[in-house]
Amino acid sequence: MHNNEKHKREPRFHIAKRDALVWWKAWLIRGCAVLTALVVSGIITVLLTGLNPIGVYATMIDGAFGTTRRIWSLFQNIAMLLCVGVAVTPAFKMRFWNIGAEGQVLVGGLATAACMILFSETLSTPVLFIVMIAASILAGMVWAVIPAFFRANWNTNETLFTLMMNYIAIQLVSFFTYQWSVPKGSGQIGVINRATKIGWLPAIGGHSYLLNILVVLALTVFMYFYLRHSKHGYEISVVGESENTARYIGINVKKVIIRTMLLSGAICGIAGLLLVSGTDHTITRDTVAGRGFTAIMVSWLAKFNPLYMILTSFLIVFLQKGAVEISTTFGLNDSFSDILTGIIIFFIIGSEFFINYAIKARTVQKGENA
Amino acid sequence: MLVTFIQRAVVQGIPLLLGSTGEIITEKSGNLNLGIPGIMYVGGISGVIGAFLYEQSLASPAAINPFLAVFIPLFCSILGSLLMGLIYAVLTVTLRANQNVTGLALTTFGVGFGNFFGGSLIKLAKSDMPSISLTATSNCFRQTLPFANDLGWFGKIFFSYSFLVYAAIIIALLASYVLNRTRIGLHLRAVGENPATADAAGINVSLYKYAATCVGSVVAGLGGLYYVMDYASGVWSNNGFGDRGWLAIALVIFAVWRPNVSILGSILFGGLFIVHNYIPNLSVSMQEIFKMLPYVVTIIVLVVISMRESRENQPPAHLGVSYFREER
Repeated sequence: MHNNEKHKREPRFHIAKRDALVWWKAWLIRGCAVLTALVVSGIITVLLTGLNPIGVYATMIDGAFGTTRRIWSLFQNIAMLLCVGVAVTPAFKMRFWNIGAEGQVLVGGLATAACMILFSETLSTPVLFIVMIAASILAGMVWAVIPAFFRANWNTNETLFTLMMNYIAIQLVSFFTYQWSVPKGSGQIGVINRATKIGWLPAIGGHSYLLNILVVLALTVFMYFYLRHSKHGYEISVVGESENTARYIGINVKKVIIRTMLLSGAICGIAGLLLVSGTDHTITRDTVAGRGFTAIMVSWLAKFNPLYMILTSFLIVFLQKGAVEISTTFGLNDSFSDILTGIIIFFIIGSEFFINYAIKARTVQKGENA
Repeated sequence: MLVTFIQRAVVQGIPLLLGSTGEIITEKSGNLNLGIPGIMYVGGISGVIGAFLYEQSLASPAAINPFLAVFIPLFCSILGSLLMGLIYAVLTVTLRANQNVTGLALTTFGVGFGNFFGGSLIKLAKSDMPSISLTATSNCFRQTLPFANDLGWFGKIFFSYSFLVYAAIIIALLASYVLNRTRIGLHLRAVGENPATADAAGINVSLYKYAATCVGSVVAGLGGLYYVMDYASGVWSNNGFGDRGWLAIALVIFAVWRPNVSILGSILFGGLFIVHNYIPNLSVSMQEIFKMLPYVVTIIVLVVISMRESRENQPPAHLGVSYFREER
C-alpha cells in the first residue's frame, strides 16, 4: 500500500537507552550542566544588576566565604540541608515519594521546643536532653509513618498524602506559637531560655554549630553504609526496583515500607532537633525554610548516594548564600537565590537525559535516497 | 451574614478552582505537575509586570483604556504561565526527567520569580512609586454586573462577581465536557491511564502531554492573576498568595479529578479557609487549628478513595511516570 514516499519520512535520529555510562563521563556531563547553568545565571544577573560578569561570581564567593562567620554559617546550612537530604534518601530509593520532610522536620522541632519550654525547670540537663532527643525522633516518626501505613495497606498515594501532612504540621506549629507566645498574643515564641540556655546544644570548642555538623556527618556516613552494605539497604533497593520481584523473593514489602519511613522520619526528627536546639533556639512556621523540598533535589541530584549529597547540598547552599549577597548589595529581593537555584536544577535535571539516553543519528543507507 | 460568607467563600475559592482545573487537565495526561504553586505565582506576577509597565506609560491613571488594561495583564499572565508549562513539558516529556523533582524545582523557581520581581520591580523599572499598587488596572478587572445590587441576596450570591469568576466556572465546565464527552478528552485520558496502549492506538502521546501541560499551566496561571488583580485589588505583596497553590493540588484529589466537582469543592475549600472568621469567640490560636481543615479533609478523601477502590474515582493510572516508548 504505502509507497517509498512514506518511508523517507522516518525521523533523522532516534533515542535509545544507554547502559550505565562510565562514571567519569556521567560526571563530566553533570559538570558541564552546572557550568552552563552558572553562565546562564551569570548572564541573567548581569542583565538585572549591570555588574560585570566576574564581579557577579566574586560577590557570590564573598557572600559564601567572605568572613569566618559566613563560612561557619555556610557549613551549618550545608549540614542542615544534608541532614534532611539523608533523611529522605532511603524512602526515595524505595520509590516512596516522601515530599513531607518539611512537616516531619517541623514536628521534630516542635517536640524539641515543647520539651525546652515545658521541662526546663523540672528536669536536670542530661535527662532533658534525653527526653528532647526521644521526643523529636518520635514526633518525626509518627509524622512519617502515618502516610506509610496507608500506602503499605491501601496503596494510598504517598506524594499527595505527605504533602498535605506538611501543612497540618505548619498549622500545628502556628497553634503552639500562639499558645506559648512571649509576650502573650504576639504569635512569636522568641528565643527559648535565653538567659539560662537550658536545652541548648552545647558549643564544642566555642563553635556553636560544630556539634550539628558532626552529628550530620555521622548520619551521612551511617546512611551510606546502611544503604550500601546492609540487608535492609538491599531490601530497599529491591522494593524500589520492583515490588513484585521483592514479593517473589520473599521480602515483606509492607514491613520494608513502614520500617524505612520510620527511619526516614526519625532522621527528620533529629534535623528538627538540630534546627531548634542547636541553631535557632526558637520555632516558627518557617523554621525548616523549605529545606524539606530542597532536600529532595539534593538527594535526587546525588543519585541517592549520601556521600555525593555533600557536594550537591554544598552547591545549592553556596548559590543561595551567593545570591543573597548579590541581592543585598544591589538592594534587590532575596528571592533572587530561588531563581538561580531553579535554573541550576533545571539544567542538571535536563543533563540527566544525556546520561541515561543516547541520541543516535539514523545511518542513511546507500540507495535509499534515490 | 450567611450571604457575605458565601460570597467571600466564592471569592476565596476561585484561585483554587482555576489552579485545580489546570492541574486536573495536566494530571489527566499522566503528568503530576507539582509546579502549580510556582506557575500560579508566575501567572500573577507576569500580569502585574504587564499592568505596571502599561500604567507607567500612561500620563495619568485617568487615561487608562479599559480594554488594554485587561488585555495586557491577561496576555502577559498567559505568556508567563505558558512558558512555565513548557519548561515542565520539555524536561519531563522530551527529556524524561523525574516529574516530582522537576515540579518542585519549578515551584522554587516560580515562587522565587514572583517574590523577586514583586520586591524589585520598582527598583528595576527606576520608578518612584512607593509600592506596587495597580488600582486603575484592578478597577477594570473588578467591573461587576450593574444589576447585581438590585436583586437582593440572590444577586449578591450569584451576580456580584467580576468576569474572571464566571470565566473560571465556564473553564471548569468546559474542561469537564472536553474530558468526558469528546474524542480529544478520551485520547487524553487514555494517555494518562496507559500511554503505551494509547501509543499503540496511534495517539501522539508526547503531543497530548505537551498540550495538556501547557493548557493546564495557563489555566492555573489565571488563578494567580485573579488573586492579584481582583482579590488583592491590584496590590502585590510578597508571599501574599501563600499556600493556595498546594491547596489547589489538594482540591484536585478532593474533586476526584473532575473539574465540575471542583467548582463546588473550591467554594467549600474557600469556606473552610475563612470559616474561622465567622465563628464567634474563637481564640487566635484556635483559628490556626481551623486553617488545617482543608488539608485534613483532603487526606480523608484521599484515604477513602484508596480504600474503596472504585475504578472511576482513582487517579490516572500512570500519574507521575514518564513514558518512554522503547521501555516496555
